[in-house]
Amino acid sequence: MSIDKDKIKHISKLARISLDAKKTDSLTKDLSSIFKFIEQLNELNTDKTEPLSSILNEPLRSRKDVVNDGKIREKILENSPQKNEEFFVVPKVIE
Amino acid sequence: MSELTKKSLTEIANLIKKKEIKSEELTKSFIKNIEKDKKLNSLVTKCSESALKKAKDFDKKPKLDTLLPGIPIAVKDLFCTSGVKTTAGSKMLENFIPNYESTITNNLWNEGAFLLGKLNCDEYAMGSSNETSYFGNVMNPIAENTVPGGSSGGSASALAADLTPATIGTDTGGSIRQPASFTGTVGLKPTYGLCSRWGIVAFASSLDQAGPMTRNVEDCALMLEAMASFDERDSTSINKKKENYSKNLTDKIKGLKIGIPKEYRVEGMSKEIEKLWENGKKILKDSGAEIVDISLPNTKYALPAYYIVAPAEASSNLARYDGVKYGFRSSKGNNLIEMYENTRSEGFGDEVKRRILIGTYVLSSGYYDAYYLKAQKVRQLIKNDFDQAFKKVDTILTPSTPSSAFKIGEKKDDPISMYLNDIFTVPVNLAGIPAISIPAGHDNNKFPLGLQLIGKPLDEQKLLNTAFAVEKKINFKQILNRWWEK
Repeated sequence: MSIDKDKIKHISKLARISLDAKKTDSLTKDLSSIFKFIEQLNELNTDKTEPLSSILNEPLRSRKDVVNDGKIREKILENSPQKNEEFFVVPKVIE
Repeated sequence: MSELTKKSLTEIANLIKKKEIKSEELTKSFIKNIEKDKKLNSLVTKCSESALKKAKDFDKKPKLDTLLPGIPIAVKDLFCTSGVKTTAGSKMLENFIPNYESTITNNLWNEGAFLLGKLNCDEYAMGSSNETSYFGNVMNPIAENTVPGGSSGGSASALAADLTPATIGTDTGGSIRQPASFTGTVGLKPTYGLCSRWGIVAFASSLDQAGPMTRNVEDCALMLEAMASFDERDSTSINKKKENYSKNLTDKIKGLKIGIPKEYRVEGMSKEIEKLWENGKKILKDSGAEIVDISLPNTKYALPAYYIVAPAEASSNLARYDGVKYGFRSSKGNNLIEMYENTRSEGFGDEVKRRILIGTYVLSSGYYDAYYLKAQKVRQLIKNDFDQAFKKVDTILTPSTPSSAFKIGEKKDDPISMYLNDIFTVPVNLAGIPAISIPAGHDNNKFPLGLQLIGKPLDEQKLLNTAFAVEKKINFKQILNRWWEK
């Protein structure tokens, strides 16, 4: 699989990271060599192998469905770059 | 009494317990060393004032039945510390002050320790040289302009330079063991699930694991004992009884079977590393262990599989940095989407962007089976390799890294050569098993080299014991001219 500039532009859009032309070029180069390295995996036949689903030998725990925090709105808003009373403020979404 | 900073963690804990020294005196001597950190750049945030206050408080009401009584400890800036800036080495979190404490740091404070400072690291723990930090690269105390390894580079550097008596790092693909090897210190990556991940800035959640970094194996056992706990808030935390690693530490390893995997003898490995490995084998044999040749046939595929799994999980974890709830927000952009895109473009550094894009690509529609699913299958094969090996042996001995510390800038422009640093450490993370790196010698430049011991899941005690036996016979001496103080 070759990585070209259009692919990088597409992925960066999905990842919500804007890139200028220079960065697009350098990332195209980097990712091409990285994917060439990754594609060594194709040498390996894994048709009969089950994918690893969890590294733990036991299934994930579940806990009782009880409220154990809450009433921490102030704390949650504390680090917001922009807020208004009890809301996060973002650029206008609806015209 | 500046010599205090050179003593081991175990020694100073005992001195405090015997009331031979006060926490204040101890803390002052570390603060004195920290003031000379400028050239090393190992600290992002110094907590000297609050540490001194905590030391005085401790001395007034000493709690001596703890593991780390009155001991100041600096930690990697990836652990959330309540009321103290936690940056993860990123511009994105440059001004982030958590209002909660990570479980691991909380465990340390409950054992009598307190925060001395926050240590520099690669941005979001993504790097092997500590050159990706927004706060500048860290230097290795062994020589100027030399990297300390990464991503826990600030931790390793501060520890080796006597700026903290012990520290904690995180290890996703070698981020504790590789910097430990580069700085002549001890670093342990525990079994996945032994130490809680709650309150640690996430990189790749199925691989991330916190662990101790110390001057010797005894200290490592003590720190691990303080750190490990079952935590309801981490769904992958293992519910098991607490172990007394330090009390049960012994160098008696007679009859233990040590595996030597032939696949770790990689092409182009230096004579010095070969010699180091041979010496490790000899020492273990002399201690009464049995050396067994083993095979881990899929080792070669660990690194390429890692560079699918880790970026995939990172791209998902780092989606949360959107400039809305916390962290940096760009002032540019006319609408919400542009604000997101500019925030993430300006807030993340190059390596983080690289990995987010790799991850986004391998998880994008149409490519999941070819990459992520394939990598998870390879991961299963790697785990099977270890499972098979551990039917025959108790512990596995390998070099920690394929080289000693390199110069700043040497590998920065070639991601693959940088990634290859972790070739011996990554398989362990993929399999979720524990491993320790201990200093085992020097190369021709007098740079430290490490040996890695790999253990069965939750068999940290045997791992520490084996490391303890090797350490005793190797008698490694750190060579430092303290250039950064001049």
